[in-house]
Amino acid sequence: MKIAIIGFGTVGQGVAELLVAKRAEIERKIGDFRVVAIADLTGSIWGDFKLEDAIEYRRKKGRLPSDRSAKEIAEEEDYDVMIEVTTTRLDESGIEYMKTALKKGASVITSNKSIAVDFQGLMRLAENNNAKLMYEATVGGVMPIIRLLNSYLALCEIIGVRGILNGTCNYILTRMEEEKLPYSQILSEAKEMGIAEANPSADVEGIDAGIKLVILANTIGIPAKFEDIEIVGITKITPQAFTVAMQKGYTIRLIAEASKKSLRVSPRLVPLNSPLAIKGTMNAAMIKTDTAGDIFVAGRGAGKFETATAILSDLYELVRTN
Amino acid sequence: MSELFTLIVELEDKPGQLLSVLEPIARNGGNIVGIFHQRGKKTPLNRIPVEISFTADAKKAEKILNELQKNFLIRQFGELRTAVISLLLIGHVIHTDLSDTIKRVDSSDAECVELNVTMPERDEPSTAVITITAKSKEALEMALARLREICREKGIVVVEPINDEI
Ligand SMILES: NC(=O)c1ccc[n+]([C@@H]2O[C@H](COP(=O)([O-])OP(=O)(O)OC[C@H]3O[C@@H](n4cnc5c(N)ncnc54)[C@H](OP(=O)(O)O)[C@@H]3O)[C@@H](O)[C@H]2O)c1
Repeated sequence: MKIAIIGFGTVGQGVAELLVAKRAEIERKIGDFRVVAIADLTGSIWGDFKLEDAIEYRRKKGRLPSDRSAKEIAEEEDYDVMIEVTTTRLDESGIEYMKTALKKGASVITSNKSIAVDFQGLMRLAENNNAKLMYEATVGGVMPIIRLLNSYLALCEIIGVRGILNGTCNYILTRMEEEKLPYSQILSEAKEMGIAEANPSADVEGIDAGIKLVILANTIGIPAKFEDIEIVGITKITPQAFTVAMQKGYTIRLIAEASKKSLRVSPRLVPLNSPLAIKGTMNAAMIKTDTAGDIFVAGRGAGKFETATAILSDLYELVRTN
Repeated sequence: MSELFTLIVELEDKPGQLLSVLEPIARNGGNIVGIFHQRGKKTPLNRIPVEISFTADAKKAEKILNELQKNFLIRQFGELRTAVISLLLIGHVIHTDLSDTIKRVDSSDAECVELNVTMPERDEPSTAVITITAKSKEALEMALARLREICREKGIVVVEPINDEI
């Protein structure tokens, strides 16, 4: 199998490093593979190269050797699978490489949430070209929710899904719950610790969770667009609200919710004994089904090797189901 | 999800009686929302029927009833076919005309039955717990929709519970 990696940041390098470190095991499960091209905004490499050398080069020089663009590589190289791990963008530009691959009949595995921009269109494109679009890593990182919905629960009616889909928000709310510190103080500490980004607004305003909810909703058959999601972030939550909530047996979490009746991301009262009262940067989801009752999953929502693991899981699934 | 229950219990007309009924309700996780003495309806044995309504989930309500039945004469017990929800409001709840907020949520078939405001430091946003009951789930949904709308207008964050239904 020939693999092209587009995007060579945290996740892209994580995937490459795992492919090197676990090559023997991986090949036993999916057969021989070769990474035939890697490209990002600053550089690229293709043809006959060793994956470990590319990783090393990028680490040392901060870019890949060639100036050939990712667009050109996506269009012209010959590959069976594209691992698309570029930056999430909320417009069509974020899904161009994927479209290029799918049109050629190559499957795509991605962690890029830009698929929310035109989920249905991409799925149709994949189907029309006998290719697959796999996106486990886009929602909840390595928490296996997409596979759970698409495969294990394929014959269930999914009544709705509620999830904690943003680790930064959950971290801030957890600390507010435990230490009753003001929002601004926890946020600045989280930035220092690298848990929150320098510009955290997409996280704390609920936008990131909203994008993931679009993907989840579409996965359960609700053709939602980003504009359909009602979004309230966590910036106005106070430590005092936690005190009041906890007297009533609740905590507060940012919950993304999708059902036929409801599409929203908002801070919610969660019973202290609910599994959704999960702590720290963890992601979690509760799936309500017709015949299987409630199903709960949790896992790490981000991280280099966690996210790369979700990508490899998709790779395995792709081979297994072909 | 918590539901609204009501019971009518016959109490002797002496101090401390009411408290001893309320205690097991609170201890078992019930939330008392109303107490109504039917003084005009004294029984032949000189007992006063008192109507108590509380919210609890069905399991807790059953436990509460079992416990009360050991010590009191319960005349009536039932789930009011009513929907109820308690939620938090965070923001400048008072400065944005609380009574206006409540008036606009109330309707012929839904009303705010409980409101508790915790005042913070000056000028900081406050937190209120508000309980709304309604004659039906639909009426509650509509009252909630009004509350969300009003709060959006006033810049108040509504924190709703996650219920069984999605
Ligand atoms: N990190 C996580 O834990 C995690 C978890 C779940 C999902 N994700 C998603 O996975 C994707 C990658 O995340 P990351 O953490 O690896 O991000 P990152 O470290 O910022 O890396 C992004 C990579 O994409 C490249 N890139 C950006 N725009 C591009 C374009 N138009 N054409 C070609 N290459 C482009 C960047 O190239 P340059 O460096 O040359 O600019 C960089 O190599 C994002 O969509 C993110 O939302 C990440």
